Amino acid sequence: MLKWFHRLGSPKTFFELSSKWHPWLLGLSLLSLVSGVAWALLFVPPDYQQGNSVRIMYIHVPAAILAQSGYMMMAGAAAVFLIWRMKLADMAVAAIAPLGASITFLALVTGAIWGKPTWGTWWVWDARLTSTLVLFFLYVGMIALRSALDRQATAGRACAILALVGVVNLPIIKYSVEWWFTLHQPASFSLTEKPAMPAEMWMPLLLMVIAYYLFFFTALLSRLRNEILDRERDTDWVRKWVAAQ
Amino acid sequence: MNFYLRTLKRDLSIHLRGLSEVINPLVFFVVVISLFPLGLGPSPQQLSEVAPGVIWVAALLATLMSMDLMFRDDFSDGSLEQVVVSGQPLLVFVLAKVTAHWLMSGLPLVLLVPVVGLVMFVDGDSLQAMVVSLLLVSPTLSLLGAIGAALTVSLARGGLLVSILVLPLYVPVLVLATAMVQAAGSEAEIAGYVYWLLAALLASVTLAPLAVAASLRLAVDR
Amino acid sequence: MLRASGLSCARDRRHLFTALDVSLDAGQLVQVTGRNGSGKTTLLKILTGLYTEFEGEVTWSIERPPLYLGHSPGVNPRLTVTENLGWLCHLQDTDAALADIDEVLDVLGMAGYQDTYCHNLSEGQRKRVNLARFLLCENPCWIMDEPFSSIDSTGLRYLEEKMQAHLEQGGGIILTSHQRPMFAVDIDQVALTP
Repeated sequence: MLKWFHRLGSPKTFFELSSKWHPWLLGLSLLSLVSGVAWALLFVPPDYQQGNSVRIMYIHVPAAILAQSGYMMMAGAAAVFLIWRMKLADMAVAAIAPLGASITFLALVTGAIWGKPTWGTWWVWDARLTSTLVLFFLYVGMIALRSALDRQATAGRACAILALVGVVNLPIIKYSVEWWFTLHQPASFSLTEKPAMPAEMWMPLLLMVIAYYLFFFTALLSRLRNEILDRERDTDWVRKWVAAQ
Repeated sequence: MNFYLRTLKRDLSIHLRGLSEVINPLVFFVVVISLFPLGLGPSPQQLSEVAPGVIWVAALLATLMSMDLMFRDDFSDGSLEQVVVSGQPLLVFVLAKVTAHWLMSGLPLVLLVPVVGLVMFVDGDSLQAMVVSLLLVSPTLSLLGAIGAALTVSLARGGLLVSILVLPLYVPVLVLATAMVQAAGSEAEIAGYVYWLLAALLASVTLAPLAVAASLRLAVDR
Repeated sequence: MLRASGLSCARDRRHLFTALDVSLDAGQLVQVTGRNGSGKTTLLKILTGLYTEFEGEVTWSIERPPLYLGHSPGVNPRLTVTENLGWLCHLQDTDAALADIDEVLDVLGMAGYQDTYCHNLSEGQRKRVNLARFLLCENPCWIMDEPFSSIDSTGLRYLEEKMQAHLEQGGGIILTSHQRPMFAVDIDQVALTP
């Protein structure tokens, strides 16, 4: 098992394996995204409270979920890099950061769009949106640090340390923001505090979450492959691959 | 312990001989706070309402302004290299540096709070809570800021980047501390907040130096 | 004292050296030669443990880390010579007595500079402050990057004397220099060619 893990860590092996996975992932993710969106827009009944605007939940909630797990994945890759010095793990950290940032931004924007018909304003400082905003800043920090350190040999390890520092602080930040929100607005509507969802509502949500994960991994795979080609551009196998394109 | 004290003494001597570097962030603190009445209007009631948040955010920013002091000089003149090569415990070095920074940056801020509290019309109970909370949190601010300072020490112009990296980490203590001040202002119990802030301090003292030391090793690894 | 084998290092997509072996024994001087940018400083940093992006093994068999003279002298401009020396020696667990400091500064041609703030010193003088601790602290191994640059001829003579004495007492020196040290008997040259 560990041997397979180490074998997978070789950029060349990973590149070859992922060439086979990639088209499947892309196909699956597009399929599930399209069907999920169609289900959400056409077949889910309008919410008794929010009417049709609840449909944006199907875009927003999976994005928020993925924003968080994206950071966890990035931190996991960072830990792998620091412990086992696996180059691929560092590439994963570099690849996830902009992806995670984009998805967090999507969560923020769709959260705001959802807010307009619900509260009448484009933004509200509730627990969910606020902690998503801080998460966005954490992602931006990762991107900023890497670009500032540019091509320094220690850039990978520095970003890995930052990712681990961030992941330790993330639950603390979330918790403190939630607590802060209850202090200031104890009896307010929260985006997530809803009564138990009937199956016809959470099933499409589940589908959308799965679709987002699939799409995330597809995009991640593409970015990783690019990163591999970029970093290993002086090796023989890359030269041969490029020549064969 | 000896190494800790020697490093602390050295750092304090260095800071005290370049006092303008120490004073600038404090001036920044006062100036920033003074801008708020100009921006919001002079009404004492309004100012005292926003005071805890304003003073706290200004304190965070002023702390970040002074972060450069911590490692940059040692990095550029080669002292950091010498510490790493010498095999002396880097964690102790880090703790000494953070202590020195807190004495030169955090503690003076705490002493300034009554002054700025005055111009923002903060009442007695809230002011007391503000001083106590800043006293408890400023070491944490130095510790967390040190992580950002150490990660960016090898960069020529790391100042703004440190702020971007560290400000999200400050959110929990900011939330806790301002809540404590507001609780004090409305005559509520603040003991719980004090325990939480102490817990935050303990957690930072144990964990932050690890990240700082690791980052410092990276900085000389070139 | 030191056995390093199979050292390979690449920087900025250039291979600096491959499968390099370096060893240092008591009484030996190892001189690393090569053009500017050939990786001499990098090699020294690998041996001191500062630089970690390399392949191969470095094994030290001495009690404490070596004394290292790098490009930057490690001297804080706002402290006096004595204060800087005191702290640098403290890093080596040595308590330098003031009398010893006076003596060493004298030898290096910096008598009377004890209480001078180091921002008033020239580059060469700061380097000599760092060199002073080589004479104040007991350490079998000296690793020095360009010790002879920015030193005038008088200081050079003293330095060579002290280095020779160090070797005779069973110490070892690894240094980079463009000139071949004439004073040493047992010299091993490690040439780095790009």
